[in-house]
Amino acid sequence: MSKLGRVSKTLSDNFDEDLLLQEPMSVWKRTFKRLWSRRSGKIGLLLIGFIFLIAFTAPIIAPYDPQEVLIGKEIVKLKKREGPCIHMLGCDSAKPQHLMGIDGNYRDQYSRIIYGSRISLSIGFSTVAFAVTGGVLLGALAAFFGGWIDNIIMRLMDVILGFPSLLLAIAIVAVLGPGIRNALLAIAIVTLPAYARLTRASVLTVKELDFVKASITLGASPTRLLLFRILPNSLTPVVVLATLGIATAILDAAGLSFLGLGAQPPMPEWGTMLGSERNQVFSAPHLVFFPGIAIMITVLSFNLFGDGLRDALDPRLND
Amino acid sequence: MVLANIGISMPVFWLGLMLAYLFGLLLKDTIFWLPPSGRLTAGLSSIPFFEVWGWDVVSGTAKSRVLEFFANHYIFNALITGNWEIFKDAIRHMILPVIALSTIPMAIIARMTRSSLLEVLGRDYIRTARAKGIKNTNVVTKHALRNAMLPVVTILGLQMGGLLSGAVLTETVFGLAGVGRMLVEAIYARDYPIIQTFTVMVAVAYMLINLIVDISYGFLDPRVRLE
Repeated sequence: MSKLGRVSKTLSDNFDEDLLLQEPMSVWKRTFKRLWSRRSGKIGLLLIGFIFLIAFTAPIIAPYDPQEVLIGKEIVKLKKREGPCIHMLGCDSAKPQHLMGIDGNYRDQYSRIIYGSRISLSIGFSTVAFAVTGGVLLGALAAFFGGWIDNIIMRLMDVILGFPSLLLAIAIVAVLGPGIRNALLAIAIVTLPAYARLTRASVLTVKELDFVKASITLGASPTRLLLFRILPNSLTPVVVLATLGIATAILDAAGLSFLGLGAQPPMPEWGTMLGSERNQVFSAPHLVFFPGIAIMITVLSFNLFGDGLRDALDPRLND
Repeated sequence: MVLANIGISMPVFWLGLMLAYLFGLLLKDTIFWLPPSGRLTAGLSSIPFFEVWGWDVVSGTAKSRVLEFFANHYIFNALITGNWEIFKDAIRHMILPVIALSTIPMAIIARMTRSSLLEVLGRDYIRTARAKGIKNTNVVTKHALRNAMLPVVTILGLQMGGLLSGAVLTETVFGLAGVGRMLVEAIYARDYPIIQTFTVMVAVAYMLINLIVDISYGFLDPRVRLE
């Protein structure tokens, strides 16, 4: 509201011209404003911030090391898979506090859940980063060059889309061998075609717009045209899909880990924690309940954020 | 929609375990108790219909395999032999896996229907229908819902893939000896032929389902029908 603000103040009796003199706002600033004005976007954003805070401050808020075996180190003898002990809720104050109980290897479940947020977030982001980079590149190349390149790339993507995603991921991990890196790779591969298709469709429309033709007339090289003119203008739908993709990636990675194909045991990954204690659900429900809740909140926050972002970026919906 | 959002964010195996804990243990002495695993209560056994009816079947032959295939559907078998005890027991064992597996697709379909219906309700012909004085329920169910079904059916077809992979997790949780459980055990045993066969069979099934979905567009929307 610098110069324009002062001018608009003098013109405040004329509404139409006042509107014309509004401060220009960048797309992302406007998007953020619209996202914040929606309930789902706001809740999603706050939840994501909360989870990031937990992940970054994990060594400070976690009372124990996630892999520390507490047997023999406690004053009061611990039982295996002991339930939560919270002093505020009437647990004996002589006992050390374990907010979410003790797991099957005498480790503090609460610390493991907190450290698990780091792993889940990095799984979500690295998978989506890999899938988006590959997908956008392939989709953009297919749309930009067309012809046989387009055919080869898109038919390959169709083959991957022909399988149900999680099952193909399971099959890929079965071939590559279990492990968190292979699980990440498998999920990235099965989600890649969605980004490729979306980018291709988006680039195809942007390619025909006038400003691209102007750029061609000015003598821009194909690389410059694709990387600096077309791609920045066709990435908006990909951003929305990527946000929702983080949620799916975390959920799928948890599913693979649950089956023992993703993160391997001492690692405090939520799906692995759930999977290793699933037979104890009747005797120690807290060991199954809390990791699931953690997965659910994380996935929910990215889903809400993605939904809010989609609405905020949709030009048809006005605020 | 809060419920639907929570529904799509839940891991299916966690939901299954929690349902098993809630209905299998916490409600143990009430009428809501449901068996948390298996297909039949221990002690009960399903007698194949061909044995009940005294058919002369030599085991190991192709005929006996076909008959066993049908007899292994306990509910169907109990229904045609009139064994109500087995029938009720098999149904009770199916409730929890069915709820666990169907909740997530249900949430996805609910969200899709909502957004699709909202879009259709803003169209001009809906206004026309309202202006003609048609009851609101009729406008929504007959004019709008039918036109909003197209994206929902697409999602339905895609969800079948999710169900097939969800079945792997659900069968693991509820101890059902299905193909999904077989896949998991084949992975642990590094039994590649089974993994390959299963993946290809599922892909074929998935493709067929999506073909049916594509064909059903013609029934839902006459404009896309081929001449």
